[in-house]
Amino acid sequence: MIGLLRQLPGTSRLDRPEPRPDLDERDPDFIRERLPGLWLLSSLYFRGDVRGLGNIPDHGQVLLVGNHSGGVATPDTVMLMAAFSSYFGVERPLLAVTRTAPLAWPPSGWLRRFGIVRPTPDAADLALRTGASVLVYPGGEREAHRPSWRRGVVDLGDDTAWVQHALRHRVPIVPVVAAGGQETALFLGRRRGMPVALTLPWGIGVGALAGTVPLPAKLTIEVLHPIDLVERYGEDPDPEAVRDDVAAEMQRTLTAMQRARRLPVVG
Amino acid sequence: MRLRADVTIDAPPAVVWRFVADPRGQLRFWSGLTRYEPVGRRLTGVGARYRVLMRLGPVDVGSLIELVEWQAPYELAWTSVSGVDMRGRFRLRARDGDRRTHVELRLAYGIAGAGLTGWIAEHVAAGTVRGYLRRTLNELARQVEHEQARAEAAARRQRLRPRQVS
Repeated sequence: MIGLLRQLPGTSRLDRPEPRPDLDERDPDFIRERLPGLWLLSSLYFRGDVRGLGNIPDHGQVLLVGNHSGGVATPDTVMLMAAFSSYFGVERPLLAVTRTAPLAWPPSGWLRRFGIVRPTPDAADLALRTGASVLVYPGGEREAHRPSWRRGVVDLGDDTAWVQHALRHRVPIVPVVAAGGQETALFLGRRRGMPVALTLPWGIGVGALAGTVPLPAKLTIEVLHPIDLVERYGEDPDPEAVRDDVAAEMQRTLTAMQRARRLPVVG
Repeated sequence: MRLRADVTIDAPPAVVWRFVADPRGQLRFWSGLTRYEPVGRRLTGVGARYRVLMRLGPVDVGSLIELVEWQAPYELAWTSVSGVDMRGRFRLRARDGDRRTHVELRLAYGIAGAGLTGWIAEHVAAGTVRGYLRRTLNELARQVEHEQARAEAAARRQRLRPRQVS
């Protein structure tokens, strides 16, 4: 039956293998030409503040580990990537392994050229093999759609694959903490597994529409000091202990950042 | 976007030049710079390269710059090799004989190919950058004149010191 279907027009994708991460679509010139627009968006719309990029070593790869927020729109990811390219230059490659939902949007080609890759299970591993620095969000979809009243909580989940990637490739982990993304819509958690939010322009947004046009909440991003896993934990560290330590460090920073915010959205 | 600022300093060009040409002293008088580090072995002269970062809004914006003119003590110019496109120049000219120096600081920046958003961003950033240039020259004048006054006082003390009788 499948064989018959494959002969019909438009069904050739049935026999395609699992899609690979888009590792070679990052386009430095494209990024460079978009930096002014992203700078305007970060400065004027989100009143952004990216601090601590100097903590990232000047040379070599790093694994940036962030807390995810902002629903589908995920403005903190784009702001961090633009800040990284402004700081180090577009010549230093950074790939972000993010969730599937933004890549389902019509402008996903734009995102892929910016260095955002499809989150296949081995995407981070393959991205590190290219020699690029990599940004991962272990909390993924669940953390990005957590209810707005839990905006001060870091939830990296149970997965430790990212710790193992850092160990395998001998790259330092650099925690990145973002505040304000969960105020770009009123996220209401999940109903029957689907994220729900009060958002523009839909009113009530469900699934991939939850948080589509972000409110102009003040976004703050803090890059913490790098963690050399072997130096801190020895040759054979327990990935779960590393994950918990990194999450605790990020939580302390996020708590302090949330305390400094006086009003939701306003910051 | 091209911006300029100028100031007249009560010191000869050679004294002002020592400040503007010293790569280790740039962060002491430049306003808005968060990093100014030599890259490579060459520290001064044409071909010397520096990594420069300037705080603009939410981010530090960086360039790798290279000195392209070095005419002591009158002209120091640089251009960016990577990062944000940037050209800059310190132009020093003697006034009142050699007693004073007119310093002009020029900076042109932008991103080629960025289109309308690039044009808007350049103009939005201009207010901040113009303020940086003005404060940079004011601080340069303050430091140079302080150094000049200190050097003149030391010379006076030297002249007034009683001669030792042999």
